[in-house]
Amino acid sequence: MSAPFAAFIAEAVATQGIDPWIAVFSLATVLVTVGMGFWSAGKSKSTGDFFVAGRSVSVGWNASAISGEYLSAASFMGVAGMVMASGYDALWYPVCYACGYLFLLLFIAGPLRRFGAYTIPDFAEGRYDSPLFRKIAVCFVLFIGFFYTMPQMKGAGTTLSYIFPGLPYWAGVVVVGAVITLNVSLGGMKGITLVQAFQYWLKVFAITVPIFVVAALVGHYQQHLAVNQTVQETVRTVTPGIERKALSANAPKDEKWIAPFGSLTTKAVDAAIKVAPTVEAKAALEANKRPYSLLYTYSLIIALVCGTAGLPHILVRFYTNPDGVAAKRTTMWVMILIGVFYVFPPVYGVLGRSLTPELYDAVGSKGTDKVVLELPTLLAGRDYPVLGSILSGITCAGAFAAFMSTFSGLLVSMSSALAHDIYGRILRPLSSPEQRLKAFKWSALIIGVVSVLLGTQVEKLNINFMVGQAFAIAAASYFPLLFMSVWWRGMTMQGAATGMLVGGLAALGAIALTTLSDVYGFTGLATFWTEHPLMRILCEQPAIWAVPLAITLMIVVSKATAATIPADIRMKMLVLHAPEALGLKQEYIKEHESLGGH
Amino acid sequence: MKEPSPAPIHTDAFLARLMRDQLKLSIACALCFVVALLGLPLLNYFQPDFMATRIGGFTLTWLILGVLFFPFVWIISYVFIKRSIALENAEAAAAQDSSNS
Repeated sequence: MSAPFAAFIAEAVATQGIDPWIAVFSLATVLVTVGMGFWSAGKSKSTGDFFVAGRSVSVGWNASAISGEYLSAASFMGVAGMVMASGYDALWYPVCYACGYLFLLLFIAGPLRRFGAYTIPDFAEGRYDSPLFRKIAVCFVLFIGFFYTMPQMKGAGTTLSYIFPGLPYWAGVVVVGAVITLNVSLGGMKGITLVQAFQYWLKVFAITVPIFVVAALVGHYQQHLAVNQTVQETVRTVTPGIERKALSANAPKDEKWIAPFGSLTTKAVDAAIKVAPTVEAKAALEANKRPYSLLYTYSLIIALVCGTAGLPHILVRFYTNPDGVAAKRTTMWVMILIGVFYVFPPVYGVLGRSLTPELYDAVGSKGTDKVVLELPTLLAGRDYPVLGSILSGITCAGAFAAFMSTFSGLLVSMSSALAHDIYGRILRPLSSPEQRLKAFKWSALIIGVVSVLLGTQVEKLNINFMVGQAFAIAAASYFPLLFMSVWWRGMTMQGAATGMLVGGLAALGAIALTTLSDVYGFTGLATFWTEHPLMRILCEQPAIWAVPLAITLMIVVSKATAATIPADIRMKMLVLHAPEALGLKQEYIKEHESLGGH
Repeated sequence: MKEPSPAPIHTDAFLARLMRDQLKLSIACALCFVVALLGLPLLNYFQPDFMATRIGGFTLTWLILGVLFFPFVWIISYVFIKRSIALENAEAAAAQDSSNS
């Protein structure tokens, strides 16, 4: 397979003026990924290997693999692009992406692993003894998974059309989608654990080395930040040797970019001010701008922090730990690994504002989302053409690793939902392990094709923004479910299902409304948003009301249906909370196996 | 024949104490995090001039959010893991002692 692809690359380099270094690094990443997938596939034999990597992954490997899976196209390209586009307000994304793991560590990681399920729908059914609830939980795995998949596909299309300038966006989506689908079909969870662990270290290398070299030659993070004048400063800081190109009209002004409550969080009110009919109306909106902006910020924080603790493709990885203590240690190491990574994408955004402001004038895959790929090429204009190409090649390799690893994890999570939860538990409960493995491979193929089709439709949307929306849905559905199920013994299936469904669907509906007006140009909606900017903020960032709504419904409905609390609730809670040394997990599983259950 | 009394770990009292101790630790750590996380936007809102103070080129708020927040969270998670493992060991030892006695 690699020989024809290599020949295609060689021809493309010769005929289309493609940078050979970029092509070589990108090709090497793809080949290593596929090669490791094939190698690991030979070691994946059992259903346990495919779904939870045999529950034998060590803390170091698992932390690297979770970090590799988590650092997606949004982290590698989207955060830098958003910081360049929006400034300070976009910093909440990397910080909350990393710090959200703390909630996972404090409230969910250990108990979830002790429960001993394969997937989150397994947990949902096991905790409430309800096959119906499994079906509801599966739907949300797929909903959230597809929402999260779309930005990865956008990253793939953007990167490939950057490397091969003549290649259409959709072709990049198709190529990357096909490669990953093949990889996951071959190796399942065990197959991708090694690949994702490798890809974490590749991404750290790819995000750090180029920016250290670029900053050494063109000026450091804080120096480029200092040239942005705050509203409190009367003159712009001038640092000798620090160059800054003229900003275009599309770039936000310095004082809005560097300060909190800038363009990202005030755009709804700004749009309303533009069309406000009277001076009084404009003044009223102006007075509301900062309070609304604060509201937007809090809602974003809730979505990202709670959403991290509710992402199915990340949660499923905790089942691969040997025990609850290992799950907690893994989470702490994940926070350190991804925290180190997340310091760097904003540096690209800050340097990009000074040195590649032309990206403000482009849209879609040619806009600020590609600053990570574009910035190193500046060295070519500073008498370092080969160095610039090599560094850009390295960042392209990192981008490849980013969307490939996250898409792999999503594909495993969604394929598990189809093969294990729908086929193995609902459609064919008596199927053999071989039939379930076959179902996993077919599921990967189906999900892969659907993901590619969805990916071709989102070229106009910002990568990081799309990921933020997936987080908001996870925050309003899975997070309340897991948090309440782990800590409140009074929760019933009816309460859990009502809260998760209403919270998740309400968040999904609200987000869909903003997407309809932004992407598909529904003018009626666009007009409504300008007349009601607060509604726009609450729909664009629904977590601030959707998460409390889900939790409130869970409490109220559970109280009303208290008679249906599972009879063995004390045993379930003991399994979730008692240290492994007490051996309660064994007791629980034996007890349920004898009943033909869980 | 008289049923044997349930083992202490299978009592509601044991479960309630176990969950309360674990939740207390989790909430204490979460509070440190939440106060910082939700306090920073409030400082930005009410003290914009102070938060715009330049420190080595960074504004104070940029330095806190973009750089210092990460090690702050690592410290909380390290403390939690240490205490949580110690708590689990103590709980397991106490439960086994009471079963043996």
